[in-house]
Amino acid sequence: MTDMTAAAVATQGVTGPKVRYKSPTARGRLPVLVLFLPPALLLFTLFVILPMGEAAWYSLYRWNGYGTPTEFVGIRNFTVLFNNGAFSQALINNGLIIVISLLLQIPLAIWLATMLAHKIAGVVAFRLIFFLPYVLADVAAGLIWRFVYDGDYGLFAAIAGFFGVATPYVLADRDLAIYAVLAVIVWKYFGFHMMLFIAGLQAVDKSVLEAAEIDGATGWQKFRYVTLPLLGSTVRLSVFFAIIGSLQLFDLIMPLTGGGPSNSTQTMVTFLYTYGVTRMQVGLGSAVGVVLFVICITLAFGYKRIFMRHD
Amino acid sequence: MTQDQRMALTRAKRFINLGALTALAVSGGADLASAQTVVKWMHVETVPAYIEVWEEIAAAYEQEHPDVDVQLQFLENEAFKAKLPTLLQSDAAPDFFYSWGGGVLRQQSQTGALMDLTEPMNADGGAWAKDYKPAALNGLTYDGKVYAVPYRMGTISFYYNKELFQQAGLNAEDIKTWDDFLAAVTTLKEAGITPIAGGGGDKWPLHFYWSYLVMRNGGQEVFENAKNNEGEGFLDPAIIKAGEQLAELGKLEPFQGGYLGASWPQTLGVFGDGRAAMLLGFEHTEANQRTNAGDGKGLAPENIGRFPFPVVEGGAGKVTDTLGGLNGWALTKNASPAAVDFLRFFTSPEQEQKMAAAGMIIPAATGAEEGLKNPLMREAADQLAASTWHQNFFDQDLGPSVGRVVNDVSVEILAGQMSPEEGAQMIQDARELE
Repeated sequence: MTDMTAAAVATQGVTGPKVRYKSPTARGRLPVLVLFLPPALLLFTLFVILPMGEAAWYSLYRWNGYGTPTEFVGIRNFTVLFNNGAFSQALINNGLIIVISLLLQIPLAIWLATMLAHKIAGVVAFRLIFFLPYVLADVAAGLIWRFVYDGDYGLFAAIAGFFGVATPYVLADRDLAIYAVLAVIVWKYFGFHMMLFIAGLQAVDKSVLEAAEIDGATGWQKFRYVTLPLLGSTVRLSVFFAIIGSLQLFDLIMPLTGGGPSNSTQTMVTFLYTYGVTRMQVGLGSAVGVVLFVICITLAFGYKRIFMRHD
Repeated sequence: MTQDQRMALTRAKRFINLGALTALAVSGGADLASAQTVVKWMHVETVPAYIEVWEEIAAAYEQEHPDVDVQLQFLENEAFKAKLPTLLQSDAAPDFFYSWGGGVLRQQSQTGALMDLTEPMNADGGAWAKDYKPAALNGLTYDGKVYAVPYRMGTISFYYNKELFQQAGLNAEDIKTWDDFLAAVTTLKEAGITPIAGGGGDKWPLHFYWSYLVMRNGGQEVFENAKNNEGEGFLDPAIIKAGEQLAELGKLEPFQGGYLGASWPQTLGVFGDGRAAMLLGFEHTEANQRTNAGDGKGLAPENIGRFPFPVVEGGAGKVTDTLGGLNGWALTKNASPAAVDFLRFFTSPEQEQKMAAAGMIIPAATGAEEGLKNPLMREAADQLAASTWHQNFFDQDLGPSVGRVVNDVSVEILAGQMSPEEGAQMIQDARELE
């Protein structure tokens, strides 16, 4: 998620200047291009374009990662993939994470942001507290929550013991595990979305709200008809991050469940790791990578084109 | 966390070493510093006491060979397995690394990433080869070529908590057949005791059950056929039957609560805390349950007993057939002569005897088991010595991809998520894709 944030900021930075530099002559731009383009282009080619091309190539082979791939199998890796129950589960889980982000995480973040965007006493402390989980490393957060959920020594065990009920082993229950993971995801990332909304809210023109107040709008009406529309671009950006974040989710899940039990908490990336890397089936893993890439590109560009074209 | 700390520590050490070297160079000892050969040794050992023994051995070697610097590099087990293919093809490849033998080592040997040890082993009339038990050396030999230096052997057996067995009125010596075993599980459950500690989160701890049942039902021939994709493969009736028996065990719900999420260390802890009566585990279970127990002490050694995996009635396998590890150290193709020499020193009978005495391993070096003091380890060594068929772990022997499917299937069958037929079919499919 952090990578995407940086990337998004970078893209914005790039598109900005491009518009501004349209007027100067091409002659003045050439030396700049020659000087500044190659390093970025080289890095981009080496670390983005090339690996993507390689993955697409590997995905057509049966290959264990040693030497060079020689055994061409056509699209077999893809047929194996789409017939694999664990992969379908991973796709469903990725969808579920997006849905939960939209229905739970973002509303929660907006609600908290509306409360914390004002200048009242202690507001900074609250912002910090809500933002803290996001600062925490994903693996550390996963380990902490594994302990919280632990049915023998964890917080859940203590709570269950206090009420005298049988301890639920949530992470070992194939029906519950994914919800336990979802809860951690919401906990981990709502602070990030909240910060986005706070920034968005601070940019809202106070005079518009005042005008609404004079017109006799209630609190809810002010929010529904003034704040929310003005926050539109932030909401769209936030949703975009939520989608991309869901597709990239890996390091939170590994320490929590490792994709188990019975693959019930697998995401596309954990599936890639489990089936592609640890089983040394680089071909199959690359096929997952290609599918993931196509989904990402489609979603990212489709979303930008449809929802974010005015932003 | 520990891994990070360890890495940070190594890094810090390296930095200090560097500092010391620079100081040496400045003070005129440059020739000494530049002659150092670094031997990079990659391992997955997590018990600090064992690493200490290794470091002592390395220090002893360094004393005799001041130009050699042996460096231990730790990787966490799962991370090690995942990283190795990349590592072996890079410049950062270690001189030698831990290997479980089997299909994984075979695959690595076929890629040319490993050093062929046949020649040095057989030089001087096989002087080096004679250091090891023939079974161990054979297990690490593929197509007549030796690809790893034997280090240790092991066997998987049932360990039980004597007190809990007594409470339930059970006698371990009466457990001879699989039916006896299931009856014991039921008795323990009725006595309100969790019968078995199981690590379903890591999956492989539960694949031992399926493996042993396949061995007891089908015997060596059926398994070898399946492994080589001959005959009926994994759809052999004996293998299906093994799955059915596993499902039967699963139906009794013999494991601790939340076993499907439990890692192996947690499982050892469950046994060590006395929260479950049995554990199907490695030869060094006694030591490991101690380190993983909640109080750091675990069960007293005299409270732990062991019995071999029971036979199944009418099965082709014998009770003396053993499943277990055969570990070695594989040298990478660019390993320095110093690394080869150190490894020979490290796995020599004298050094292995030290490690046996420390209760770390059942040595693969000839005669070194004399050093074994721990009675449970000694029992395991004796069982190995009398083994009629020693089979390497299925998930190693079958190679990384089929092996992992075996792990998955074992857990799913036990959890009642998959029928024995579906499971067998899934493994067979994976085998045919190889």
